[in-house]
Amino acid sequence: MSTSVEPRIDAPVGLGCNASKASPYLMGAGIGVLSWVVFAIADDPLGITTALSAVAGFAAIPFVGADAVWHNSYWAQNVPSLSYGSLFLVGLILGACSAALASRQFHFEMVPATWRRRFGPSAVRRFIAAFGGGAIEMYGARLAGGCASGHGISGTLQLALSSWIFTILMFATAILVGSYLFNGNGSRK
Amino acid sequence: MNLPLTGPALLPLGIVFGFAFGWLLQRARLTDTEVIIGQLQLRDCTLFKVMLTAILVGGIGVFVLHSGGLAAYHIKPANLLAVALGAILFGIGMAIYGYCPGTALAACGTGSLHALVGVFGMLAGAAAFAFSFDWIKAEVLPVGALGALRLPDLAGIPDLEWLAALFAVGFGALIISDRRKRL
Repeated sequence: MSTSVEPRIDAPVGLGCNASKASPYLMGAGIGVLSWVVFAIADDPLGITTALSAVAGFAAIPFVGADAVWHNSYWAQNVPSLSYGSLFLVGLILGACSAALASRQFHFEMVPATWRRRFGPSAVRRFIAAFGGGAIEMYGARLAGGCASGHGISGTLQLALSSWIFTILMFATAILVGSYLFNGNGSRK
Repeated sequence: MNLPLTGPALLPLGIVFGFAFGWLLQRARLTDTEVIIGQLQLRDCTLFKVMLTAILVGGIGVFVLHSGGLAAYHIKPANLLAVALGAILFGIGMAIYGYCPGTALAACGTGSLHALVGVFGMLAGAAAFAFSFDWIKAEVLPVGALGALRLPDLAGIPDLEWLAALFAVGFGALIISDRRKRL
């Protein structure tokens, strides 16, 4: 077992911005209600990676040229454009930013504490891992057709078989790998 | 007003709905990578609590909307090999990155610079997928492709019984786990 002091797990308190966090059940219910709204009004379930892949088409243009993007068979069916989905991502960042500012929790973070205890204070090492982890995660999400939102919430709530397989197998893997990475005895710091 | 909205009328709502999702994720502390990693170490069940409640509340409401003809289902196809491989890759990536894609973008808004670096990684991963898509489509997606199946199609158990079972098992496990931690 790790000898480091674990962060205290606080009981959920309050809703307001002065509380350090709101009840996870209440926030989960809020996301559930948001699902009703997006299903009924936008006909487009909560999800991230389909829209983020379209954005990646724009980002790829300077590297591979516009022709390679516009003639790509994947981007032909998930067209990079100013869409509801891409604006959803902009709103997502703005919403989280506003909530962090309102609750005075906005802060710049380079190396999170758990990572630092296990892998040391190097920002470069953390950035390389974040980049690589993000790339693997995104490739997996596109292969499976969704992420922790698209499959994990929107798909499971529709009782989709694919989404339940994805969510269970994804968490099983993440818990195994996460425990291996962060629970070990060989902490360097 | 005809629902669902389409075209330009829908665009500004993308910002509004995204804003709401980002706000809820930050208030639930899921923009904090410590909370995500805590869930993977099974010492902080915030992520499971949020997801389970969202699934149950969302599931009941969307079921009612769908029954009333007010919402269409969007069922992703059960391509077994692709879903399984994708889930494993996603799980590995999430443990290393410390975020899922939604919480990562939201975390960028709260000042997490390593989340931002990981977003560039996600863009690279998406591009890698786009450029390998022809091969994936030919060789991986068809393996075990069962189609857009739902759990009620499989076992003949109706929707609300699945949700009730999920409620009982999910909250049962969370309550037992919370009680054990307090001892």
